[in-house]
Amino acid sequence: MARIGVFVCHCGENIGRTVDCHGVAEACKDVPGVVHSVDYKYMCSDPGQQMVKNAIAEKGLTGVVVAACSPHMHEKTFRRATAGAGLNPFLCEMANVREHCSWIHEDREKATVKAVDITKTIIEKVKRNVPLNTIRIPVTRRALVIGGGIAGIQAALDIADGGREVILVEKGPSIGGHMSQLSETFPTLDCSQCILTPRMVEVYQHPRIKLYAYSEVESVEGYIGNFKVTVRRKARSVDEDKCNGCGACTQVCPNKKIPSEFDCGLGKRTAIYVPFPQAVPNLPTVDRNKCLLFMNRAKGRPDTCKKCADACAKGAIDFDQQDRLVTEDVGAIVVATGYQLYTIGKDQPKDNLKGYGEYGYGTIPDVIDGLQFERLASASGPTSGKILRPSDGKEPKRIVFLQCIGSRDPQKGMEYCSKICCMYVAKHTMLYHHKVHDGQATVFYMDIRAAGKGYEEFSRRAIEEEGAQYIRGRVSRMWREGDVIKILGFDTLEGEPIEMDADMVVLATAMRPQPGIDALAQKLSVSYDQHGFINEAHPKLRPVETNTAGIFVAGACQAPRDIPDAVAMASATASKVLGLFANEMLEREPTVACVNEANCAGCFHCERVCAYGAVEHKDIKDRAGNVVRVIAYVNPGVCQGCGTCQATCPSKSVELQGFTDEQIWGEIQALGV
Amino acid sequence: MGSHEHSHDHSGPEPLAARVQRMTGLNPACCYQCGKCSAGCPMAAETTLRPHDVMRLVARNRLDKLADADGLWLCLTCETCTSRCPNGCDPARTMDALREIFAAGKDGKPPKAISAFHKSFLNQVRNHGRLFEMGLIMSYKLGGGPMFADVTTTPSVLARGKLGLAPHNVKGMDEVRRIFAACAEEEAQP
Repeated sequence: MARIGVFVCHCGENIGRTVDCHGVAEACKDVPGVVHSVDYKYMCSDPGQQMVKNAIAEKGLTGVVVAACSPHMHEKTFRRATAGAGLNPFLCEMANVREHCSWIHEDREKATVKAVDITKTIIEKVKRNVPLNTIRIPVTRRALVIGGGIAGIQAALDIADGGREVILVEKGPSIGGHMSQLSETFPTLDCSQCILTPRMVEVYQHPRIKLYAYSEVESVEGYIGNFKVTVRRKARSVDEDKCNGCGACTQVCPNKKIPSEFDCGLGKRTAIYVPFPQAVPNLPTVDRNKCLLFMNRAKGRPDTCKKCADACAKGAIDFDQQDRLVTEDVGAIVVATGYQLYTIGKDQPKDNLKGYGEYGYGTIPDVIDGLQFERLASASGPTSGKILRPSDGKEPKRIVFLQCIGSRDPQKGMEYCSKICCMYVAKHTMLYHHKVHDGQATVFYMDIRAAGKGYEEFSRRAIEEEGAQYIRGRVSRMWREGDVIKILGFDTLEGEPIEMDADMVVLATAMRPQPGIDALAQKLSVSYDQHGFINEAHPKLRPVETNTAGIFVAGACQAPRDIPDAVAMASATASKVLGLFANEMLEREPTVACVNEANCAGCFHCERVCAYGAVEHKDIKDRAGNVVRVIAYVNPGVCQGCGTCQATCPSKSVELQGFTDEQIWGEIQALGV
Repeated sequence: MGSHEHSHDHSGPEPLAARVQRMTGLNPACCYQCGKCSAGCPMAAETTLRPHDVMRLVARNRLDKLADADGLWLCLTCETCTSRCPNGCDPARTMDALREIFAAGKDGKPPKAISAFHKSFLNQVRNHGRLFEMGLIMSYKLGGGPMFADVTTTPSVLARGKLGLAPHNVKGMDEVRRIFAACAEEEAQP
């Protein structure tokens, strides 16, 4: 027979003002199974907790109900007190008579009746509670970082410097990400490469970082503390151990006209190439879609060109190299896959996105995007830092920048602000004026959003000191007459249409997540929004965690981010990962789903509805070892205790511990309905 | 459609923004276009060209639009705009510079009546060292001001002794003449 103790708290006046707490305690005395019922001014205080402990010892309680505030507030407090008196902590529950009653009602009489009802439901629940034990899971104290841009680099370095091993996986041939393409960075105008490349080298040389460049995450299994990750190491056709990075192969490659991805198509590269001189690792990669040998092989012709192999003194070129799959055990994963720019033209890689035909992108050669301008302005770029327009290589004397291209345009499929464009456009006008002294930069903008340290000052400097002309309004249309770009816009400050000639136009296009982010998110069982940005667990209080325990998010794959934001997020994920790795074992609440193996019919509805991928298949074998049945098994390390499976199961074979049907039914019955 | 080519043709004449900056020592590009100046301007309801409009047109080199508007000439020079500006732009000084530019006559002229009033006013000061109202009224109306405006109020103003019939010179007329001579000399410089 249950022996329940009820402890009603006045919470000073918070509850006592509206609820007759003594009356509640007295009313509960009549509930069958209740052997002790008292009220007290502050139950969470030391003497209050002592009352609970004493009652457990003296009255031999088998369950504790504290009628007070929200369990979010003090459930832990009272469960600790309960455990301190030798009773299983999960036999203690809170009846919330503050947030759910006293704070939201005025009528004292009715509120008291309601408080009694709330407390009675919990009494019935606790009668049906069973002792539960905290789940302890071992933690593999190594981390995986996906993405080798500045966010991934920062996260990897911070975790590794914290003493844990890191596996850094980068899709491209080199780490560095978009930051390595930038010329100078706002708001200080320091050289992007100069601050980034030392960090890249640090990654490469760090004893606790294993770098898998030109690799992709193939599959992810497991759960917090115990992930098993398969990484596809794509074939570079170059033996990493033999290659010394001399670059002789790239010199002799006959196919020299391939648009360079690193230079955003403004420069050329060879079929065997290193994306940029400071690449880490400094290894060439054969682009098998562009290499003559592989193009011949695809057509069933014999291998002809082997110039790179002939030029290599180390014999490092390996045309028969295959992709390799490697498996790594990790305890935590940081997703830092970064962004791509909206591609402006008519064809967009997603159905709901529309292009900007009215701006002539793709048809007017001198209409470029922000990253292309970065390459023009970069000393290491295709023009060695000279601002020259793509069509005829002339220096543009009139350059026009358009902001919010794609961003803040729900009609094109993106209603959000890309956050960085206001600042980089201001920077671009400065770089342009520094390089073209007799030129004029004009910016069409909707608003200037410069919310960051030194950002407002920076954008004002572009206008006030460096002579950029800012016109408030969007451009309607652009077309080409001769070698001049005609611009039709509207100046909303003057209230007049405006027609303007330009030699070159730079479009500040929206930031979007990297292509393939949805597939990766599905592999990781993390949620993402309609644009593909990874969702954080809570927008304010858990900004770098995802909904899946043990998986964290940093940088522009979560939302448009600038460099300081991305770095701050990366360091935050590192601190989360190191916190997770602080203990060998991980403790988790036992409120997880549990399958009744005798009843489960193996329909796996639960597997389909589980948002966390916690449901696995379990073979039931006979004595001879033959599989006789396949049933569901909930991995307690992955389960988040949401209860969706319980609601779905047709045979009621899966139940959330601590919230079983019997407990909930008991609560409902207590209300007499 | 109103269209215009924008600034910085380096071979052409000096852009208006640069010209105003040279005259005032203030950078017209500093204007945020927040409108606080116009919000405090006592003449804002009387004109289509308020202080923030003037600042914008200067920054965009729109001498043409400035020449057509009455706002510059209705300005009371109370300088509320300047004292309210969050970014130190001084619209009052800017409008002063624009009036100087137009008064010089090369880039358009002030409206005839306004020009007549200013000339009459200055002539009174030049001749008497102070304002002689009757003289101002006569010379303003003969110089191009509205001939019969406010005529009906004249008898009552005369009756109350608010309008003197003969001028009274100030004591230091020599000094007044020296001031005007110095100004003329300054204006004559390029």
